[in-house]
Amino acid sequence: MNGTTTLSIPNLRFQPTDWIESLWNGLLRLFAIIPLCVLVFILGKIFSNGAETITWEFLSKTPVQGMTEGGIFPCIFGTISITLLMILMALPLGVGAAVYLVEYAGQGFWVRMIRAAVNNLAGVPSIIFGLFGVGFFILFVGRNIDHVLRTGLLFGQPCMLWAAATLAVLVLPVIIVSTEEALNAVPQSHRAASQALGATKWQTIVHVVLPQARGGILTGAILAISRGAGETAPILFTGCAYYLPRLPVTKLFGVIPMINPLDQFMELSYHIFIMATQSMDAEKTLPIQYGTTLVLIALTFLLNLAAILFRMHFRKKLGQVSLQ
Amino acid sequence: MRTMSVLDMFEFKTDEETGTLPRKEARPKTPLSQIETHEGQPIKIMTRNLSVFYGINQALINVTMDIPQKAVTALIGPSGCGKSTFLRSLNRMNDSILGARTDGKVLIDGINIYAPGINVVALRRLAGMVFQKSNPFPKSIFDNVAYGPRLHGIQNASVLEELVEEALKKAALWEEVKDRLGRSALELSGGQQQRVCIARALAVNPEIVLMDEPASALDPISTAKIEELIHELKKNYTIVIVTHNMQQAARVSDFTGYFYLGSLVEFGTTKKIFTTPDKKETEDYITGRFG
Ligand SMILES: Nc1ncnc2c1ncn2[C@@H]1O[C@H](COP(=O)(O)OP(=O)(O)OP(=O)(O)O)[C@@H](O)[C@H]1O
Ligand SMILES: [Mg+2]
Repeated sequence: MNGTTTLSIPNLRFQPTDWIESLWNGLLRLFAIIPLCVLVFILGKIFSNGAETITWEFLSKTPVQGMTEGGIFPCIFGTISITLLMILMALPLGVGAAVYLVEYAGQGFWVRMIRAAVNNLAGVPSIIFGLFGVGFFILFVGRNIDHVLRTGLLFGQPCMLWAAATLAVLVLPVIIVSTEEALNAVPQSHRAASQALGATKWQTIVHVVLPQARGGILTGAILAISRGAGETAPILFTGCAYYLPRLPVTKLFGVIPMINPLDQFMELSYHIFIMATQSMDAEKTLPIQYGTTLVLIALTFLLNLAAILFRMHFRKKLGQVSLQ
Repeated sequence: MRTMSVLDMFEFKTDEETGTLPRKEARPKTPLSQIETHEGQPIKIMTRNLSVFYGINQALINVTMDIPQKAVTALIGPSGCGKSTFLRSLNRMNDSILGARTDGKVLIDGINIYAPGINVVALRRLAGMVFQKSNPFPKSIFDNVAYGPRLHGIQNASVLEELVEEALKKAALWEEVKDRLGRSALELSGGQQQRVCIARALAVNPEIVLMDEPASALDPISTAKIEELIHELKKNYTIVIVTHNMQQAARVSDFTGYFYLGSLVEFGTTKKIFTTPDKKETEDYITGRFG
């Protein structure tokens, strides 16, 4: 710059190159702020338009007048039930698969194939899962159960069970991948110590590996809930209803009330979708749409929060100082 | 002195029950620990032509060695010469290493632990292990030490408490931790953590304790404590210790084996190895003229 061959003493005053520095700095900061703006905009719009719709009535009543008035309680109920059912199915399956892959499988050809399949599964569009759910769960599994049990059409139709199963398949990769990470983070030396004390592999997994991986596994569950709750496409054909005059509940042995997984159900995101696209009067239902959206977002947030608190509780119980 | 019979050593049930009894040829006719001696000491562990391969790489070459009972045997040698591999082969910890293969025999009280039908879980209760890097579980001190006994079916709280106290006393840690058994073992100092690991290994009541550089990550005071402890433990246990520290080997051990490139170059009493070794390589290594 100054044409000398030797390095000059650094100039402590402002240099022209600093302009480029600050330009990049500013630009990158802008990029970082964009997602925040989008989020604030969306949340702001939903809050300002939806807040006044949220009343006790709205949360606790069923829709009336062709769903142009009334509440959305069945949808809230449906979203919560299906999310719980989904995680109940996906968590044991995903954790089991990850334990197999990390602890037992080694590095063979088939293991690599399974890993590749899991990763690819994560990239499949959710509508494909919906179609898969119809083809596999309803038409194949369900119909065959009906056939074997001779119950008539009971399992072989859209219902909460298959919708939850479809969602479970959708979130399976999330759980498998985060559980695998959690298991890999457990030091090998702890496994060795356990085995040197005469523990079998299974005992080591149950008493040493899984307790340490619990935090990571719960993180996986949280991510899975975020991914699965509020998905519309997978449940579109597999179980959710346009309008249902009753809740999907039944009485076990005629007394204990429980969710009926063989019933159809209403669901928040699907409700929003049909209100916006198929309602008799989309303009009129706009407040309901905003309100429902707000409830969906709040609910997803609450489910996440619950899982995070759950995880914190476990961490505390472990008395865990940070391990690394 | 108590002599072990095959049956009570491995706590085998009958063949019909478990099918885990060693085959006939694996059983000794006379307990070998009584007949074989090395410098007047009964032998606890004998290896015969022991070779270990990792894939195509041979880490141990035909090692034949007699490890005396209730004494400290030190294994020395340059890095990568197979000391840890040898130690792990004594309680079959190599089994879980992918691609590891073992040839030859290891006889503990005359039983070949590589014979078919050997119960590896029982073997590891018999031969406990302490690792180079202390590895307490992220559990309380109590739960760490009680881990082994619990695994093996002891649930009674007062029995467990007794076992834990006894093990911690043997590991010379009881006084330091008796008021905080419920605290996480990870809150302890490195030296204390290593002693938790020793207590954990002792709590399952082994007869052999295998130690892989147990003091290499510790300060001199903790090291001295561990050495003192080893000295105390050899009254009741057969101890095999890997160390890179010549002074340590000289201080704590009764017998020393020098390994080089996977072979046992020389084995004898520590006194002999450190004063008048038979082989020139041994002398060079010990005096630091190695390489
Ligand atoms: N898990 C393993 N897989 C493959 N090769 C191994 C494994 N462990 C050890 N080896 C090889 O076996 C040889 C002996 O290793 P070992 O760990 O027994 O040496 P060591 O004497 O304990 O060395 P150090 O003093 O450094 O601990 C080395 O060449 C090493 O590379
Ligand atoms: Mg080593």
